[in-house]
Amino acid sequence: MQTLMIPEIGHYAMIIALLMAAVQAVMPLAGAATRRPLWMAYARPMATGQFLFLAIAYACLTASYLLDDFSVANVANNSNSMLPWYYKASAVWGNHEGSVLLWSLILAAWTFAVSHFSRELPRDMLARVIGVMGLVSVGFLTFVLITSNPFERLLPNVPQDGADLNPLLQDFGLIVHPPMLYMGYVGFSVVFAFAIAALLEGRLDAAWTRWARPWTNIAWAFLTVGIALGSWWAYYELGWGGWWFWDPVENASLLPWLAGTALIHSLAVTEKRGTFKSWTVLLAIFTFSLSLMGTFLVRSGVLTSVHAFANDPARGFFVLMLLGITVGLSLLLFALRAPRVSQRVGFGWLSRDALLLINNILLVIMTVTVLLGTVYPLLLDALNLGKISVGPPYFNALFVPLTVVLCLFMGLGPLARWKDTPARDLFRRSWLAGLAALVLAALAPLLYRGEWNLKVSLGVLVALWIVLPMARDLWAKSRHSAGRLAGLKRLSLAYWGMILGHLGIAVTIIGVTVVSNYAIERNVRLGVGDSVELAGYTFTMTELANRRGPNYLADTAELEVRRGDSQRRFTMTPEKRLYIARGMPMTQVALRPGLFRDLYVAMGENLGDGSWAMRLQYKPFVRWLWLGALLMATGGVLAVADRRYRRRVTARDPERAVVAEPREATT
Amino acid sequence: MALITRLLLCVLLLWPVLAQAAVDVREFDDPVTEQRYRDLTATLRCPKCQNQAIGDSDSPIAGDMRERVYRQLQAGRSDKEILDFMVNRFGDYVLYNPRLEGRTLLLWGLPAGLALLGALVVVLMVRARRRTSARDLSAEERARLDALIKRERTE
Amino acid sequence: MKRRLLLLLPLVGFLVLSAFLYMGLSINPFERHSALMARDFPAFELTTLEDPERVVDASLLEGEVTLVNVWGEWCPTCKQEMPQLLDLAERGVRLVGVDYKDTREKGRGFLGEFGNPFEVNIFDPEGSLGFDLGVYGAPETFLVDRDGIIRYHHTGYIKPEDVREKILPEVAKWR
Repeated sequence: MQTLMIPEIGHYAMIIALLMAAVQAVMPLAGAATRRPLWMAYARPMATGQFLFLAIAYACLTASYLLDDFSVANVANNSNSMLPWYYKASAVWGNHEGSVLLWSLILAAWTFAVSHFSRELPRDMLARVIGVMGLVSVGFLTFVLITSNPFERLLPNVPQDGADLNPLLQDFGLIVHPPMLYMGYVGFSVVFAFAIAALLEGRLDAAWTRWARPWTNIAWAFLTVGIALGSWWAYYELGWGGWWFWDPVENASLLPWLAGTALIHSLAVTEKRGTFKSWTVLLAIFTFSLSLMGTFLVRSGVLTSVHAFANDPARGFFVLMLLGITVGLSLLLFALRAPRVSQRVGFGWLSRDALLLINNILLVIMTVTVLLGTVYPLLLDALNLGKISVGPPYFNALFVPLTVVLCLFMGLGPLARWKDTPARDLFRRSWLAGLAALVLAALAPLLYRGEWNLKVSLGVLVALWIVLPMARDLWAKSRHSAGRLAGLKRLSLAYWGMILGHLGIAVTIIGVTVVSNYAIERNVRLGVGDSVELAGYTFTMTELANRRGPNYLADTAELEVRRGDSQRRFTMTPEKRLYIARGMPMTQVALRPGLFRDLYVAMGENLGDGSWAMRLQYKPFVRWLWLGALLMATGGVLAVADRRYRRRVTARDPERAVVAEPREATT
Repeated sequence: MALITRLLLCVLLLWPVLAQAAVDVREFDDPVTEQRYRDLTATLRCPKCQNQAIGDSDSPIAGDMRERVYRQLQAGRSDKEILDFMVNRFGDYVLYNPRLEGRTLLLWGLPAGLALLGALVVVLMVRARRRTSARDLSAEERARLDALIKRERTE
Repeated sequence: MKRRLLLLLPLVGFLVLSAFLYMGLSINPFERHSALMARDFPAFELTTLEDPERVVDASLLEGEVTLVNVWGEWCPTCKQEMPQLLDLAERGVRLVGVDYKDTREKGRGFLGEFGNPFEVNIFDPEGSLGFDLGVYGAPETFLVDRDGIIRYHHTGYIKPEDVREKILPEVAKWR
C-alpha cells in the first residue's frame, strides 16, 4: 500500500532530531564551559526530544515496511508482500540505511536513559556528557540524512512488489542479533562521553568512573549477548556447523568487546583505588573508537568488497571522516588534558591491582593482535606488497596462548586483595584448588574419551583454575554465624556479578575446548533405507519428500536416529530449499540440541539414483559456548544492580562519595 | 557476526553470495588422511568467495580446489607440497595462515613484541609502585592524618 | 614534557591507521595479480575446440605476443566482452581462446553467435588448464610474450576503454 505521508513524516522527524541533537551538543557544552546554568539546562529536554523524534522516524519506517509501501526504495529493495510481519519489522535493520537509523535511535535512547537516570550527577558533568553524546549523534544523523536516507521514494515508477529479504536473513537471528549488538556498540558511547566530559572538565578524579561503571557493564552485557547470538545464528544457518570464523566482520564486534572487557576491569581499579586514571580514560576512548571502527570496516567494505564503496563513494569516506574526527579529537584532547603526574598509589606484586594491570595489558595485546590480523591485508595492499589473507590459523595461534595466560592470572584475581596480599595467604587460598584443577584436568580426557589429549587437558585446567579458587573463596566468604545461607545472602551483588562473569568465561572455554577437539563430522551418501553410524548414534533415512513452503520449494529428508541399542528414537528432518523470488537455494539444517551434544544434519546435493549427500555432525558441548556468554552477560547486569550504585550521591560533593565507600572485600 | 551486513553486501553488490556449506562425499583410506584433508580445506581460502575456506564454500572453484587437494593426498603428497601447489597457481592469497617472510614480519612479530613490552611494563610499574607503597602513605592515609592533625589544632 | 609526548602516542598510532584505512578505500580487494606473472605459461596438452583430433601444447604460444582469453558459453560477461576481443583481433593482436568447462557444441555455438576473434581455441572441458592458470572465474585474460612467459593479467570483464588504455599498451610493450 502506498501511503501519502508516512515516509515524509519520518524524514522530517529525522531532520528535527538532527537539529535537536545539534542544540543538545552545543548548548550544554558551551554552558558548562561558561558556567551558564540556563544553557546547561538544554541537555535534558533536547535529549528527550531527539529520542522522541527519532522514535517517530523509526516508527514511520517500520510502518512503511508493515504497510508494504514499495514506493519507498528501502522497502522495495528489502521486503516483499509475502514476507511474514515479524520479518517485515526486522527487515528494517536488515539493510544499510535502516540499520544506521536503528544505530542512531539506540544512541538517542542511551542518551535519554543517561539524562534521566543520572539525576544525582553534578549539573555541569551531566551537561558535558549529554553534549558529547549529542555530538556523536549529530555525526551519525548527518551520515544518515546525506548518504543513507531510508525514506527515499521510488516515484513515479513504483514496483509492484518488493525484491524480498535475503532468505538467509529470514530467521529469528535477524530479529534479535543486530539490536543486541548495536545496544552494545552504541552503549559504549556513554562511558566514552563520561571520559571526554572528565577530560573537558579537567578534573580527572575517580568520580566519573563511579558513574560510568553501571552503563559500561550494561553495554558490555548487551555486546556479549549480541556476539553470542551472532555466533549461534551462523552456526545453524550457514550449514557447516562453524561458530566463529575470524571474519573481519566478526572481529569488528570482538574488538570493542575485548577493549570493553579491559575497561570494566580498569574502571574497577580506578574507582576503588584511584589509580590508572589516564589509562582508564584512554581505554574508554579506545572501546568506543573500536565500535566506530567496526562500523567503518563493515560499512565501507574495505575488507570485504570494495564495491560497497564504488557504488557510493560518499559512504565509506563519510564514516572514515566521522571516525577520524571523533577519535582524533578525543585522543588529542587526551594528550593535552590527561593528568601530567601520576598519582602514586602503591601496590605490591601479589595485589589485586597488579593482577588487574596484567589483565589489562593482556587484553590490550589481544585487541591489538585481532586488529592487526584484521587490517594487515589492507596495510600490505596499501603499500603495494601484494595480497595476503589472515585467517583462523593465525588468530588461533596467537589468541589461544594469550587466553591461557590471561586465565592463569584470572584464577588468582578474586583471591588477591587490593594493595598487597601476603604470599603465604595467597598460596594458602589457592594451592588446593590448583592441585585439584591439575589432577582433574589430567583425568578429564581419559574419563570422557578414554584417551589422553593435551589440548583438552589444558583447556579443562584453565577453566577449573578459574572456577575452583573462586568456589573456595565463595565458601570462605559465606561463613556466617547464622549459617551458610545467611552468609551467601550477605555477599554483595557486585561480587556475584564477578563470580558469574568469570564462571561464564570458564564455561565458554570448556565449550570451545571440547567442541574443537571432539567434534565428529561425516559426509555420506544416503538413500531411503540406508543407515550410517556417528558417535554412537545410528541415522537411518526413512523418507525423501518434496514440500511447498510459503515462498519456497523444498526437498526434505527424514532421518530416524537411535542411540546405541536403546529403543528410544527420534526423527530429524533437514531440508534443501529453493526460494522462488531470488532463485536461491538454501540448506535448512536439522538440529537436535542438547546440553552435552548437538546432532547436526545438513542436506547437500542430490546425487541422482535416489540418494543425497548429507553432512552429519556430532558437536559435543557446543551449547556451552553461548551458555557461558549468557552467564557473563548476567554477571555484568547483576553487578549493576549492586546497592552502592543505587545510593544517592549528593551532587555537590562527588569526592566524598568515593571516600565514603564502605569497605567491602568485593570486586 | 554482523552477518547480515556481510550477506547484504553480497546481495546488493551482486558479488558471489556468501555460500552455504558444500557437501562432498569422499572416501579416505585412513582417518589421518581424512583429518589432513579437513585441515587443508579449512586453511585454504577460496579465491572467488567473500571470505571462506574452500571446505566451507560451494562455489565451483572451491570444489575444484578440494578435488585437487583430495587427489594429491591420495597421491601421497605432503601438506607443504599441496600448499605450494595452490600458491603457485593462486598466490599467497589462498593461505589463511600467512607464511613468515619479510612482509609478514610485523604481523607475527608485533604481538610477540607487545607481549615482551607488556611484561616489562608490569615489572617496572609494580617495582615503582612497591617503592612508593613502602615509603609513602596512601592518599587515604594522608587524608586521615591531615584530619587528625587538624582536629588536634582546633581543639 | 616527555610524558606529554608519550600521551601523544595513541593519537599518532590512530592517525597512521586512518591513513591506511583511507588508502584502503580506493583498493579493490578482488583485484589480484596472477601468481603466474613473469612465469612460463603452464604446460598443457589439450585438443582444440575446432578439431578434436588436433592436440596442442604450450609451444602454440611461442614466437609471437599472444593474448589468451579464458571464456565459456555459461559465462554471461564473456558475451559482453566479445566485441572488445573482436576489436583487438582487428587491430592485429593474436588471440588464443581457452574454452573453459564447456561442451564442444555449446562452445562452437557461442562463437557462431558472438563472433570468433581467436586464431585457435584450446578446449578445456575439465578446467585443468584453467586451474593451472589460477583462473577462478571467467573471463580472465593473460598476455604471453614471444618466449611463452606471462606478462600481464586482466581479471574479469574487459571494458571498451580497457582496450586502448590497458591492453594495447601492454601488447606494444612486449612486442
